[in-house]
Amino acid sequence: MSTETLVPDPVPAAPASEVMTYREALRLALREEMERDERVFLMGEEVGVFEGSYKVSAGLLAQFGPERVRDTPISEEGFVGAGVGAAMLGERPVVEIMTINFLLVAIDQVVNHAAKVGAMFGGEVRCPLVIRTPNGAGNQLTAQHSQSLEGWFAHVPGLKVVAPATPADAKGLLKSAIRDDDPVVVVENLPIYKEKGEVPLDPDHVVPIGQAAVARPGRDVTLVAHSFATVRALRVAERLAAERGIEAEVVDLRSLRPLDVETVAASVSRTNRVVCVEEGWPTYGVSAELAARIQRACFDDLDAPVERVGMAEVPLPYAKNLELAAMPNEERIAATVLSTLELA
Amino acid sequence: MADRPLPPPEVAREWLETMTLIRRFEERAGEMYAKAKVGGFLHLAIGEEATIVGSVRALRETDYLISTYRSHGHALARGTEPERVMAELFGKEDGVCRGRGGSMHMFDLPRRFMGGYGIVGGNLPLAAGMALACDYLGTEDATLCQFGDGAANQGTFGETLNLAALWRLPVVFMVTNNQFGMGTSLERHSAVTDLFKRGEGYGVPGIRCDGMDVVDTYETTCEALRQAREERRPVLVEAITYRFRGHSMADPEEYRTKEQVEQWRQRDPLTTFGERLSAEGAVPEQEREEIDRRAIETVDGAVLFAEASPFPAPESLYDDVYVLGDQVQGWYSIDERAAGVQRGEDIGP
Ligand SMILES: Cc1ncc(C[n+]2csc(CCOP(=O)(O)OP(=O)(O)O)c2C)c(N)n1
Repeated sequence: MSTETLVPDPVPAAPASEVMTYREALRLALREEMERDERVFLMGEEVGVFEGSYKVSAGLLAQFGPERVRDTPISEEGFVGAGVGAAMLGERPVVEIMTINFLLVAIDQVVNHAAKVGAMFGGEVRCPLVIRTPNGAGNQLTAQHSQSLEGWFAHVPGLKVVAPATPADAKGLLKSAIRDDDPVVVVENLPIYKEKGEVPLDPDHVVPIGQAAVARPGRDVTLVAHSFATVRALRVAERLAAERGIEAEVVDLRSLRPLDVETVAASVSRTNRVVCVEEGWPTYGVSAELAARIQRACFDDLDAPVERVGMAEVPLPYAKNLELAAMPNEERIAATVLSTLELA
Repeated sequence: MADRPLPPPEVAREWLETMTLIRRFEERAGEMYAKAKVGGFLHLAIGEEATIVGSVRALRETDYLISTYRSHGHALARGTEPERVMAELFGKEDGVCRGRGGSMHMFDLPRRFMGGYGIVGGNLPLAAGMALACDYLGTEDATLCQFGDGAANQGTFGETLNLAALWRLPVVFMVTNNQFGMGTSLERHSAVTDLFKRGEGYGVPGIRCDGMDVVDTYETTCEALRQAREERRPVLVEAITYRFRGHSMADPEEYRTKEQVEQWRQRDPLTTFGERLSAEGAVPEQEREEIDRRAIETVDGAVLFAEASPFPAPESLYDDVYVLGDQVQGWYSIDERAAGVQRGEDIGP
């Protein structure tokens, strides 16, 4: 026996992060939190046997069993409300709604119940409920299946709303949401599910709710976005840098409520011009809120009106050409950036 | 299966023709989806042809029909031109909704097909409202509302059945029990699996039919519609059937066994009805081949028509969002490409 073999191999340092998709990052967050806390359970349509319509919950039924990974009938109002009730008794239900469009069936339970019980009962009870649901459009799913309604929920005091745009934020924000003592709507996104990124593996790593991030630094103009609009904004920023030498800063909101106005204002105060981008309709939307906040915080710094780009304000048509034209696509964002810079 | 006598041969033949057309249409729609001619979600009704044709044929021309996202067959059975259904799948201007609706949203007002809807359970209250309007107008028209076994678990089911019974509305609720809501089998989503019994507590009597048998489905729906129309009593009909394909085109079907699918395929409504028609001398075997050939030809023509039809004009994006009259004031929409020129907007200073 040689002496070398007596010396144990150095234990390779566990990698701090790993490249994975957005859906895998969400799955990892669920797994870690379910392992950490017995009160956490998942329910929703097709989350168990089918492993999730978008495969977020793949493998979880096998690991945690049907008590903790619970398939539901198509009864959104019923099982979202059941989530509220269970949360009021101290459980930490995570309810998956197949897409945000179907959350409308349950909106009474979210707005009139989940959001209310904490304050309405004088703080005697809390509602640590998480609702996970994707928004998004672009696959010809037509008017009833293509909406981005997160602004509706961000409108409501008592709810928190987060909308991660990267795998790392998906994991970190979902974990924060599950640990939060208030109801949190976690807005996932259909086109981002397959996107990959570096994700911290430390089970104690979380992304705090209410903190925006500068996703790309720049000096000429600020793009404020969340969810898939952040992906679009980053693409536009890269293109404008390459083609026109314009350096756009991209602020990814990550949380819609609470809204991190400070990070947005700090950026706009430096760039003096801002375009707010969202996948939803701008009228009474997230970008409307941003415009109000920015004009107040940056009144003296603005060199141009706050601009916004969102979904065309129509029930989204099926035909591919109309759908493409209606979306807040990169051409539309770029054109708005150029016009706010008075270059077009 | 052969409990109920066949209708007259020409009627039976027409049913077979329509069922065959639906089958061939659905198959082709699936192929067109694979070729990316059709986008979005595509839900095929292969296996459910007897339920569709049997129930739709029980309607008078003046009755109303309303359905779900799985409704190409309902449109075809109601008489909508296959060309226009296919063009809708292609998202073209000559489609039934001018390319705005796609596969999930068929519509044909002149034929009183009041549409396919994408929110599970969303169409039930609308059906009650249509029946209410017919009642209000004092007509004899009834409404047939189609939905799936999964939809019976929505709150709208209980609310609507109660309204219909309370107000004595001329409406028939037909639950197409194809054994699954997406990947969840009936016994995994419903505590009571005899779905037809779920109306009784609301005052809506239930009745079950063999949804693989077009004759039984027809006779049962006729009787239900008669009660709804003449006695002003809503009825819940449960048609027992099976979808042979996945829920939509993106379904790996891991929640059921090949054996189960194969067992149900033994009862293929098209084959069994066709064979019965030949056995009883209503439609000779070679005529059935002819019927099939004609259905394929029709579908070929529909594809050519859909291909040739233009995409909607880009400037039509804002069409039909509102009925715009002189009274319109204020901003309806924001579009940075053309701020101030969306129809319906106040142009401003
Ligand atoms: C409110 C709502 N929840 C979920 C969905 C997603 N979804 C579409 S079809 C479907 C299954 C419906 O099953 P069933 O009612 O039995 O009809 P089938 O598809 O079998 O015809 C589900 C869950 C939806 N469209 N609407």
